[in-house]
Amino acid sequence: MTDLDFSVIGANADLLWDGMQMTLLLTVLGIVGGILLGTVLAMLRIARVPVLAQVAALYVNFFRSLPLILVIFWLFFLVPLILGRPVGAFSSVLVAFVMFEAAYYSEIIRAGINSVRPGQMAAARAIGMSYGQSMREVVLPQAFRAMTPILLTQAIVLFQDTALVYVVGLRDFLVSAEIVANRDQRLVEMFLFVALVYFVMSFAASCGVRILQRRLAT
Amino acid sequence: MNYNWDWGILFRDPYAGWILAGLGWTLALSLLAWTIAFSLGTLLGIFRTSSSALLRGIGTVYVELFRNIPLLVQLFLWYFVFPELLPDEAGRWVKRDMPYPAFTTAFIAIGLYTASRVCEQVRSGIEAVGVGQRQAGRAIGMTEPQVFRHVLLPNAFRIVIPPLTSEFLTIFKNSSLALTIGVVELTAMTRQIEEYTFQGFEAFTAATIVYSTVTFTVMLLMRVVERRTALPGTLSAAKA
Repeated sequence: MTDLDFSVIGANADLLWDGMQMTLLLTVLGIVGGILLGTVLAMLRIARVPVLAQVAALYVNFFRSLPLILVIFWLFFLVPLILGRPVGAFSSVLVAFVMFEAAYYSEIIRAGINSVRPGQMAAARAIGMSYGQSMREVVLPQAFRAMTPILLTQAIVLFQDTALVYVVGLRDFLVSAEIVANRDQRLVEMFLFVALVYFVMSFAASCGVRILQRRLAT
Repeated sequence: MNYNWDWGILFRDPYAGWILAGLGWTLALSLLAWTIAFSLGTLLGIFRTSSSALLRGIGTVYVELFRNIPLLVQLFLWYFVFPELLPDEAGRWVKRDMPYPAFTTAFIAIGLYTASRVCEQVRSGIEAVGVGQRQAGRAIGMTEPQVFRHVLLPNAFRIVIPPLTSEFLTIFKNSSLALTIGVVELTAMTRQIEEYTFQGFEAFTAATIVYSTVTFTVMLLMRVVERRTALPGTLSAAKA
């Protein structure tokens, strides 16, 4: 048992905060990109667009069968190859997160849209709205309201998933903490601190989701 | 795009052997982790639905603790931190002397993490069986353990086969995280092939095909199991 010295955290607060900002940036961009692409995928399947609906279904099932780490490796390798020039880890990792999370978001969104009663669509069409208008003005707002808690829960999952950028060495919260840990020989303190921070943030967020869920239900 | 294709690499020595060995480690990790996740998860699921406030509390604390820390961080905690907190002798054993330290740590860590998710599935299964069944069991003189053993669990397991299948597949995919502490499983092997030969396309394609094939095979198998075990009078039985 070693003597613990947690002052290493305060001494490196700036570096750790930079890492946390990277983690949060990845989370937010991953959520936004994932929901946008996920909505497109879900819409293609619900509107039964020929061919594209099958492609979307294949995309979703395919990505859900792969480990996120493999997808990160794939894009870390592919993005520079396609662009023909080296790019930072950040852009390839972000593309990986958006493509991967979109598969999961699309399933949530599809279930949400399907939970809106078909009479809503029929009524919107009957008063002369086009299919696109009915979706946008009538169905989607109700669907997103119904699925907000699940979307937020998936956001917490994504927040935790961002730790996997470790495998390509992008300086997120975990990697920053590891750098400090190895440099100052404070592995135990730093990893306990990292676990505590992730726990407090995820736990607080999931409590928030639960409160929101109760409010939406009434 | 400038790239020299060489699909033959996947069938050449030693790379073909690497991929197979990697798959072997991945499957071993997944199955061992699943054994822990399933048994501990079921036990915790029973805890969370039992009549004892203490057991319910233990179940809740476990689930919240393990669900709210990223699996990768948990892996590091078990591998780097846990041995340091033990007495010297035991710490050294965990770090070095126990068989396959990294592999063993990885499957235990993944198993403990997934147990929290299995617990929630089992709990929802038991809750879906309903209070009526539980009360009926107690009314004919069964003890609470008997009610779980003969009434609630047999019904609950049949309800939660689909979510448990996806939890198993989650373990299968999450086993790739073990590469961060040096277990050379499937993803790590293909990454290694990429680094040795620069044939990343071929290597990652091989891993992709293997992961998808295993996933879709498990899903098809479990769909058959689900149909065979469907509870009469439920939706899944009506489909069959």
